[in-house]
Amino acid sequence: MTKPDRAQTTDPPATEHQVYEPIGDTPGCYIRETADGGQPPLDYPPYKSTALRHPKQPLVFLPQAVTELTGPQLGPARITGELDHDLTRQHAGEPVGERITVTGRVLDTEGKPLRNTLVEIWQANAAGRYRHKWDRWPAPLDPNFSGAGRCVTDDDGRYRFVTIKPGPYPWGNHYNAWRPAHIHFSLLGRAFAQRLVTQMYFPGDPLFPFDPIFNSVRDANARKRMVSRFSMIDSEPDWALAFEWDIYLRGPGPTPFEDVP
Amino acid sequence: MTYCTTPSQTVGPYFAIGMPWPDGPYAIPKDAPGAITLSGYVYDGAGRVVRDNMIEVWGADGEGHFADLWGVGGGSSVTDFRGFARCAEEDGDGRFEIVTLKPAAITLPDGVVLAPHLDANVFARGMLKHVVTRIYFGDEAAANAGDPILAQVPPDRRDTLIARATDDGYELDIRLQGPGETVFFAL
Repeated sequence: MTKPDRAQTTDPPATEHQVYEPIGDTPGCYIRETADGGQPPLDYPPYKSTALRHPKQPLVFLPQAVTELTGPQLGPARITGELDHDLTRQHAGEPVGERITVTGRVLDTEGKPLRNTLVEIWQANAAGRYRHKWDRWPAPLDPNFSGAGRCVTDDDGRYRFVTIKPGPYPWGNHYNAWRPAHIHFSLLGRAFAQRLVTQMYFPGDPLFPFDPIFNSVRDANARKRMVSRFSMIDSEPDWALAFEWDIYLRGPGPTPFEDVP
Repeated sequence: MTYCTTPSQTVGPYFAIGMPWPDGPYAIPKDAPGAITLSGYVYDGAGRVVRDNMIEVWGADGEGHFADLWGVGGGSSVTDFRGFARCAEEDGDGRFEIVTLKPAAITLPDGVVLAPHLDANVFARGMLKHVVTRIYFGDEAAANAGDPILAQVPPDRRDTLIARATDDGYELDIRLQGPGETVFFAL
């Protein structure tokens, strides 16, 4: 069995430079915002696994036609039970950890809500351990936590999950590398061109400056769009803290190419 | 007001916790009339198989209709045709296999004819966002020759998008980088 991303040595670094240091933000990043939506590059050397997994040939422009403007309409059909959205009630007992709610809206870039669209999530447990054969770091599994959930947005484009706050965890990208706590999100949207897989982070995480995956998004404002907001007003007394995160998928029509001088 | 999109982040590792569906690889049941199997391996820039890949495929039915309300000429009427397949293996041998219908050519309202094709998303650990490619069919040479998208692809790279016919379907490998690199699209 191989353990991808854990292949690097855990020996102490010979020099400070082996420790990840975030590079400066891209100058003029607000221009890039409008051009590429602040998306990360496929080739990002600080995240070592990108090295052999990014295309080197130029992408060919694909104008959106019928195949790209249509998409799978299978939201409700993917829901298998009433508790799919509640990761704290999928086992006999409750998982250990901070119970939280994660809510928000799925919108397009024109601000229109996407109704009845599938939202799928997966995450580590409160100790930062994934229920996965490749995750072998010495943190406990939780017999009451699988870490997967799904729901369908309502008429306002709103989704809601109940879960526990995932912990940070180490990985093998570089010496003493740790991922900030995050929840993986997958969205189908309404059209093939709207497909998005991303990660939601928690506000104020001290690991942000040290994580090459988070910092692969080179624009500081774009990074903020991956960070949820703590909501006191939505937190439920004697029950759960609330985090809110809106997700913006591409609107109709193509994203303009970067032609700004 | 226009909002900015939420940035993409990598799918893995550990996407096998949330992404696989029991019926994921089947855009249509395997025993349905006209069902084809589409398979291949995913390779990295060192020529090694990518054992943790997720491939999604979306396409029309044999009449050129999509399992969606918005396609040209209305939605597909084929029973149990989902149009969408997801093969999400994180500990496999790098091979994907999906079952769908072979789509028909589509004539757009402006008269442009699209050769039979599927759109595909490729995800993996180490990919900060997914890449988009297309799958055309080797036994559709005439249609492929007139396809407006293939025409945009450098001629010596077109075969990276064209699946070979096999006994029960089609085969096409996906090479993320290096010799024979698959053509990926900016969508």
